[in-house]
Amino acid sequence: MTATVETPARAGVEVRLESLQRRYGTVTALNDFSLTLGPGELVALLGPSGCGKTTALRLLAGLEEADGGRVVIGGQDVTGLPANKRDVGMVFQSYSLFPHMVAWENVAFGLQMRKVGAAERKRRALEVLELVGLAPYANRYAVQMSGGQQQRVALARALAIRPKVLLLDEPLSALDAKVRSRLRDEIRRVQLEVGITTLFVTHDQEEALAIADRVGVMNAGHIEQLGPPTQVYTRPATPFVAEFVGLTNRLPGNVKRGAVVVRGTELPLVHPDAPDGPAIALVRPEAVTLASDGDMGDGPLVGNVIAVAFLGATSRVTVDLGDITVLVQLPTSAAAAHPAGTRVRLELRTDPVLIAREEKAPVEA
Amino acid sequence: MTGSRRMKLQIFRWVTFIAAGLFFLVPIWAMFEFSTRGVGENAPRTFANWKAIADFPELVGPLTLSSSGIIASLELAAITSIATLVVLVPTMVWVRLRLPRLRRVIESISLLPLTIPAIVLVVGFWPMYQWIGININDSILTLAFAYIILVLPYAYRALDAGLAAIDVKTLSEAARSLGASWFTVMWRVIVPNISSALLNASLLSVALVLGEYTIANNLLYPNLQVEIVSLARTNAGVSIAVAVASLLFAFVLLVALSFVGGPRRQSTKATERLVQTYARDFSGGTR
Repeated sequence: MTATVETPARAGVEVRLESLQRRYGTVTALNDFSLTLGPGELVALLGPSGCGKTTALRLLAGLEEADGGRVVIGGQDVTGLPANKRDVGMVFQSYSLFPHMVAWENVAFGLQMRKVGAAERKRRALEVLELVGLAPYANRYAVQMSGGQQQRVALARALAIRPKVLLLDEPLSALDAKVRSRLRDEIRRVQLEVGITTLFVTHDQEEALAIADRVGVMNAGHIEQLGPPTQVYTRPATPFVAEFVGLTNRLPGNVKRGAVVVRGTELPLVHPDAPDGPAIALVRPEAVTLASDGDMGDGPLVGNVIAVAFLGATSRVTVDLGDITVLVQLPTSAAAAHPAGTRVRLELRTDPVLIAREEKAPVEA
Repeated sequence: MTGSRRMKLQIFRWVTFIAAGLFFLVPIWAMFEFSTRGVGENAPRTFANWKAIADFPELVGPLTLSSSGIIASLELAAITSIATLVVLVPTMVWVRLRLPRLRRVIESISLLPLTIPAIVLVVGFWPMYQWIGININDSILTLAFAYIILVLPYAYRALDAGLAAIDVKTLSEAARSLGASWFTVMWRVIVPNISSALLNASLLSVALVLGEYTIANNLLYPNLQVEIVSLARTNAGVSIAVAVASLLFAFVLLVALSFVGGPRRQSTKATERLVQTYARDFSGGTR
């Protein structure tokens, strides 16, 4: 058996979610939510729990009904269609294989629902299992497989029906770290190979940034920012995005004439029209560097290293400035020069930064 | 140290097992002994009473005669267990999926019959059965309505345990997204995964119906137990023989049913289930 797989040559279709509304009692899960996925695109919805990302996915799947708005898949309005008529493949967070069926029967289930003949059904099921690298496990029950294998079968099952859209509802959350990153890349490989339009919901920013074409960061029922991973990370549109995606230092400062002054260093603002006054500058750990030579007097940016966390190629250094602590991300080789206890001076890179106002301040509209 | 403790545990297990076994077997053995006594002081053992069972058509009768107690009870057992499952399974699944807040309500309603004495139920059933007898049918099989209510608590408990063991919501959503109708979800996904719970529920229903006396007697329907009691008034030996026979019959039936369930299941599970069923059967059957 070679790994030649007859991939469904169907090019992905466009998926549009238009002004979706969804309330649970008095709680608004989605408020005027709109999102368009280009054909074959993988969009990740990223956000804290309760932000509405799963609701958006379930509305697209037809597992819940919208209170308002439209769902359009490949030009066809499916808003009124039940889940079983939508032609949507879905992988769930919890293990969802049918326990009484072996792997290939699970994969063949959707084909049986589509009245595909028995022989053809098995052939296609085995083919898709091969696509996810699980052909040798075709005759295993769910209990005989690891979590990662079960999720791969679930992926095969979702793809076997050659759906128009693939929906991934935190499919990696139940797995341990190593399996998670492997399966994440596997999902991306298969998705590109099949060319299917995919919506991926996750609360894990690393996952979202690693595999998505575009990331939508969600907060309180709407998308705060939608863009390619690099853009979302390097040019966050709002303080929420800045703090949710990646680590961020909150450094108190003062806004003056389109710049914020933080401990004597003037940093330009992303939105220079901010009114003057106290504000908190959001500074990435990698926008800070360390120096331990020269004047180590009592400058505003001089402090002591209190911890060094080794992360592999990079290390995260925690510096105590007296009133606040600052995280600094450095190449591990550079961090080695500043073990815990070293007196260091911080230098802030003068990239444009976002500011947040103090949350308690009532002046914010 | 641990060795002697394990030993003690082992002894305790056997003592319990033997004591419980005697508790169940001695009465049955005594009944058997009584039913095979001859007439007179030192008369030899005889199976006359057992042979005489066949002479009571109201008890066994020809198989076509649905008025005979045993046939009626068997039919009632079948109707009751099937109808209970048909009503209860979709309801419980639906409540789990769509109306989780109603679960408590459904549970307490289902357990209600357990808290009401059978004789009180009869008082409630009486006018309804009068109406049913006049307007629908006066067949003994209408007792199934009452029995469905009677077995509700047991069936509910058994099914609830089965449904709790699987992720009903995710499994049905997965099936839905793959194109399954609700009927298919129920039949192809839920039912196969709660098969042992279904079996448990129907075993309990069968056991309960085969042993039911109070309601049938008071609503004047001659089921198996009613016939046995009425027979006891005229011929104690035969009635005891029938009682033993029906116990053995129920035992064989339940064993057979418990093996129908799944060839894939391990024997330990089947035995375990059987023991559970019998423990409940005894409390249920004496109602």
